[in-house]
This record gives sequence, C-alpha cells and structure tokens, in this order.
Amino acid sequence: MSDVKVSIKNLYKIFGPNDEAMVSKVENGATKTSLQAEHKHVLGLNNVNIDIPARRIQVIMGLSGSGKSTLIRHLNRLVEPTSGEILVDGENVLAMSAEELRNFRRNRMSMVFQKFALLPHRSVIDNVGYGLKIKGVNKAEMNERSQKWIDRVGLSGFENNYPAQLSGGMQQRVGLARALATDAEILLMDEAFSALDPLIRNDMQDILLDLQEELHKTIIFITHDLDEALNIGDNIVILRDGAVIQQGSPQEIVLDPADDYVRDFIKDINRARVLDVSAVMEASSSDSGLEFASTVILEDAMPAMVKADVTHANVMRDGEVIGKVTLAAMIGAIARPESNGEEQVTYR
Amino acid sequence: MELFDDFPSMGRTDLRDLKKGIDFAFRDFSRDNGEAIEGFFDPLMYFMVWFEKLLMATPWPIMILIFAVLAWLGARSIAIVIGTIVSFLAIGYFGMWEDTMATVAIISVATFLCIGLGIPLGILMSRSNRVQAGVTPVLDIMQTIPSFVYLIPVVMLLGIGKVPGLIAVCIYALPPIVRLTNLGIRLVDKEVLEAAEAFGSNYRQKLFDVQIPLALPNIFAGVNQTIMMALAMVVIASMIGVKGLGVPVLRAVSNQYLALGMMNGLAIVALAVIFDRVSQAYGKRLQKHRQGGHGV
Repeated sequence: MSDVKVSIKNLYKIFGPNDEAMVSKVENGATKTSLQAEHKHVLGLNNVNIDIPARRIQVIMGLSGSGKSTLIRHLNRLVEPTSGEILVDGENVLAMSAEELRNFRRNRMSMVFQKFALLPHRSVIDNVGYGLKIKGVNKAEMNERSQKWIDRVGLSGFENNYPAQLSGGMQQRVGLARALATDAEILLMDEAFSALDPLIRNDMQDILLDLQEELHKTIIFITHDLDEALNIGDNIVILRDGAVIQQGSPQEIVLDPADDYVRDFIKDINRARVLDVSAVMEASSSDSGLEFASTVILEDAMPAMVKADVTHANVMRDGEVIGKVTLAAMIGAIARPESNGEEQVTYR
Repeated sequence: MELFDDFPSMGRTDLRDLKKGIDFAFRDFSRDNGEAIEGFFDPLMYFMVWFEKLLMATPWPIMILIFAVLAWLGARSIAIVIGTIVSFLAIGYFGMWEDTMATVAIISVATFLCIGLGIPLGILMSRSNRVQAGVTPVLDIMQTIPSFVYLIPVVMLLGIGKVPGLIAVCIYALPPIVRLTNLGIRLVDKEVLEAAEAFGSNYRQKLFDVQIPLALPNIFAGVNQTIMMALAMVVIASMIGVKGLGVPVLRAVSNQYLALGMMNGLAIVALAVIFDRVSQAYGKRLQKHRQGGHGV
C-alpha cells in the first residue's frame, strides 16, 4: 500500500568503551543483563529492523529504558550507532558527511521534543522560525511562513509572547509548528505529548491527526502510552530491552499479542476503540438491513446495533458485502483476554 | 639523629645561586625585550591616557548627567539614578572628583579588556574538557597568589605606570568572567542544544543562537564580579603608579590620616555599589522573558 520511507537495518547500539567488540557477543546471545554483568557494557539497541512506510504515523513504544529515545535519535544521528544501517529514501544516513548531515537535518527531517526545548529568549514567532533561520531563509519570508504555522496550530495572537508565558500545551504547539515550518517530509516526535496532562494530550493528538490528514508527513512517534499509540498509530513497534518484540497495526497487536510483555501492555486498553468490525466479522451475510463500513470501530458499531434493535449487521467495502458481524462476537472480542475464566464472574 | 633535627635543605650557597640565576635571567630578558613589550602595549597606554583626560576634561555636570543616563539605561530605576547622582555630588563636594574619574577610567578599561579576553577564553574552556583542566589551575593561581608577587615581574618588565597597573588589575579581575562563562555554557539545557543540533545548526549558530544567550545570566554575574574585583585592586594598583582613589588611601595609610583614608575608601565603596546595582539590574532585565504568567 505504501512505500518504505525510512528503513532501519540490523541496528545495534552498545554503550561502553569497547562497544564494537560487544556486537558479536550480543549476536551470539548475550542479553542486556549478561552484557552488563560480564562486560560492563550497556545494551541500548539489539538488532533493530524496522521498515517505516511513507506518509503514515509509525509509533515506537516501550517502557522507559527500552531504548526508544535512543532509537529515534539514531534516525537523525544525534546518537551514533555501534553498527547497522539507516536508509532514508534509500540513502544511508550513517554515510553522510558533517555537511550533508546538516543539510539533511535542515531540510528533510525535523523533530519535536518531550520537554519542548524552545529557546526561552525568543518570542513564539522567532521560535517557530528557528529552523528557517538556520536554513538561511530571509526574515520576511521566515515571519510569513512562521505565521502560517502559528495560525495552523491555533496560537494566533501569541506571536510575540515568550515561551515561559505559555502553558505546556501551548509550548508544545510552538514545538510542533517549529518542526512543521521547515517543510521536512519526516517528523520525529520524541514523547512529544508525554509531559502534558491527559486532556491536553488528547487535544494535541487530535491536532496532530488533523494536520496529518492534510500534510501526509512520515511521522515517527515515540511514546510509552499505549492509548496514545493506538489512537494515532497506523503502525506500532514495541521495544523491550532494545529489541523489537512485535510490530504491526494496532488491531494486529491487540488481537494477537506476541508475548506476555505485550499482553501485559494491552490488558487495560479500551479494545472497542481499537478493533473495527472487519476484525470480528464472519464470512456470511445478514438480513438485518444495518450496514457498516469495514473501518467502523466496535465502540461506534455496538450502540448503533442496540439502537436499531438488531443483533447482526453487514460489513461493507466498496459497496459490497464482505461479511457479517454479530453483537455476541463483538462482545466476545472486547472482553479482556484473561477474563475467560469463570472465577471472574459470580452468579447469585 | 641529625636528619630529624635539620631539614635536609638545599644549602645556602646553592639556593643563593639558584635565586640569582632566575633573577639575572629575568633581568636580562626584560632588558632585551622590555622595550618591545612596552611598545606592544603603547596603543593601550595612549588610549588609557586619552580616556582619562576625556573624563577629567568633561565638565562635571555633564559627567554626572552621563552617569545618570547610563544608570537609567542599565537599571531603569529612579532610586538607583538618584543614588548615583547624590554619590557623585558628594564625591565632588569632598574634593575627590579627579581621583574618582581616574579610577572610573581604569576600571572601565580593565573591565572591557577582561570581557574581551575572558568570554572567548570561557567559551574555549566550555568546548573542551582538556582546555578546562589546563586553564582552571592557572585561574586558581591568578586569584590566590598575593598581588605583590606578580607586581615584581610586571614592574621589572614594564616599569611603573598605567599599563602595568592595568595588567595587575586584569590578572586579579579576569578569572570570574572566564569561570562563569565556562560554567554558563556548560549549564545550557541539553535538550535545547539537542534541538539546535536536530534542526541542523552549525557550530557558530549553536554558539550565538543558543549557548551564549542561554548562558547570559551567568556571564553577566561574571561581569559583575569582574568589576567588583577590579575595584578591589585600586589601592594596590596605585602602588605602581596608577592615579586614582588608591593614591590618597595609600598616603593615608603611611601617614595615619584617618579622615583622608575614610573619605577615599568610602568613595571606592560608592563606586562599587553603583556599578554593582546597575549591572545587576541590567542582568535581571535581560532575564525578563523567563518570567511566567499567561497572556502578558
């Protein structure tokens, strides 16, 4: 469906004085714990292979210490890998000279930071124009382009305020506008919304999704919050101890978790919001008269069925019936995996 | 046990020869190169003479007006401006105007010289741990060695006058600006620096857009300290021929003139307080944008 924009191949990062010698030890099965205990080196990334599709939102998630922030910093070489390859549009980032790398960062990849990382001594409009200033864009054009992005993220009227005068959510909108202003095709977002409180975080996710609908950037989004990952991600990679545990669409991860670590992750999420009707349909058709597009999520489909007073409905794609869903199958799908046991329910 | 009673020292003759050797070598060096070194500093001396004459030749009401305007531009505070005017009026009334102008002249030149040397040196230190490790002990020595000790070679080389006085003041006043520039740049928020890097800044852009502006509060504290330490050197500098408030203080010490010493000492204090308040208020105003509050 979509071509590969960024390709990470056999990427290793080991922290320590003798890192290159450690790669073969890791290849031969040394774990993070054993490498630490026996060789005093810290395993940052362990043979990471990810193909990131163009114009989609790729989420990389994991708990703290799983290597996700290290991984994203490899993409623009804020951190140098121990070994491996990173290809952007087929071009190896790791082979770039200092000059090429600067141009790459100026024009093709921009970044949003967890703690905003704005310049405290510059006004909002100058912060948004920061990347353009580095590129050498003249002042008039810089202000014009910055103003456009300030309006787009809803900060009109705050152009001449300083970051310290803004709330966290507003500061991160400045950070987002700054990253978008350079017109880079790839946007790195390092826990960009994690420092915000939950309501503001949802607002920011909506802003991002709205923008993405129009801009179609390749967004690589780091988070430790699964709800966030499922909400905005087209694809999700789950990292643990620097290694990829599972990658796939949100539905694939919810329906088929690779191991207990992932299962643990997804046990508390709202499955009805992730799964769509095509995930629970059976090959048959219904005569209830109710129809859903295949991408309708269960959270929306179930109340509609209750309201229409039916227990099954057709699933449609491109005007054709491709299957049928039943209310019972839907309820079964949103039940937590571990609540199959009878002990969860008591009858009186 | 002879060893424990007498320290096994070098021996009087050898020690004398060693000291003599060093003294003669330095004397020869200063005879050979003294003139060239003096010539090197000549432009500085002409500038200082010119600047001092300018301050003294300007009519006092105009000078007081200039000080008041500078204080206002720096501090934006009526109280500090009034304090400045009153202090200078009192200084003039007690007959210390010329000495005060001479002191203001050398302090200003010394401060600008220290800023000009100290900030680049501090930046260099912040870039490399090796440079920092090399420069730090030198700064420690500059701050702790008794001033009289380095006055000796300075006077041997350059004689008595304004330039050796200026050098003595700068040796003492330079360390804080170097240290605080280095510290300020090293304390710049790592994430902001990372952002500068991620947007493709080169070294110069990082330095001037991020590191120096964010280090400015510390750099400014360094400037303030440098001014204070330069003022503290006024009396010692007067021993090697620098005109100013130090000269009467020195005379008062050797002749036990209590009133003379007190008045000139208090004039130095008044200068110190004015410089300090104005430069601190200016430093704070630079930080105005750090204050919070929505929609200001």
